[in-house]
Amino acid sequence: MNIDYLHFTPWPAFAGGVLIGLAAAILILVNGRIAGISGIIGGLLRPIRGDVAWRLAFIAGMIFAPAIFGIFYVLPESRVDASWGILMAAGLLVGVGTRYGSGCTSGHGICGISRLSPRSIVATVIFMAVGFITVYLLRHL
Amino acid sequence: MVISFICGLLFGIGLIISGMADPAKVLGFLDLAGRWDPSLIFVMGGAILIGFLAFSYVGRRKTTLLGKAVKLPAATRIDRRLVLGSVLFGAGWGLAGLCPGPALVALGMGLPKALCFVAAMLAGMGLFELIERRRGG
Repeated sequence: MNIDYLHFTPWPAFAGGVLIGLAAAILILVNGRIAGISGIIGGLLRPIRGDVAWRLAFIAGMIFAPAIFGIFYVLPESRVDASWGILMAAGLLVGVGTRYGSGCTSGHGICGISRLSPRSIVATVIFMAVGFITVYLLRHL
Repeated sequence: MVISFICGLLFGIGLIISGMADPAKVLGFLDLAGRWDPSLIFVMGGAILIGFLAFSYVGRRKTTLLGKAVKLPAATRIDRRLVLGSVLFGAGWGLAGLCPGPALVALGMGLPKALCFVAAMLAGMGLFELIERRRGG
């Protein structure tokens, strides 16, 4: 294994992770909801009265995050290398997959593992393994 | 609603600080055979550390700090839907380096490609709803 020390940033990664954990903690402790992004978005496609506003507010917070972060600090670069065609395929797969699998990196990977849910641990191992395999096939074959 | 907005904001800022709003960095993690960037493990470690404390409190009390009912997933079975869904999600994640959270943040950065990804993701979620309704779900 060849570690990329040039791009490896353990401390900012950990600090950002703590902030993400804090967001998930506040949402469950105050609102009683799981911070699973695919579930929060997906719930809007099957709207239930009284269950829409908090989802929209959470999504708005995420979309406004770069603008508000940018007031105080310089935004780091964010680069999407994938082609338009690949992006459309990727988006479709992520949309269908997260709904069938009932969660993504946040719902299963963070909240689910925090609850020690066996379903979430299995889901996380699977999507991570398939992610590793997909990138291997794309870059090394 | 204010709390939800603040949580979304904190979550998004956490993704920015951790570098996870950058698909190139996420792909650096998923590329085990190349020059590997383990940062994502540290992001999950930090988040799970805090999450574990919060969820063990909620798990014991079954209510929020204000005494409201907590909505936790009821499913416990590891079924075909969970496995196949996670396989599809992993493939999409590996193709572009984007998952739902970072995609929303990248959309907020005004990246046209993020808009394309989010639109396709919503279409995928819509497709799921259509199939489910047709099957009477």
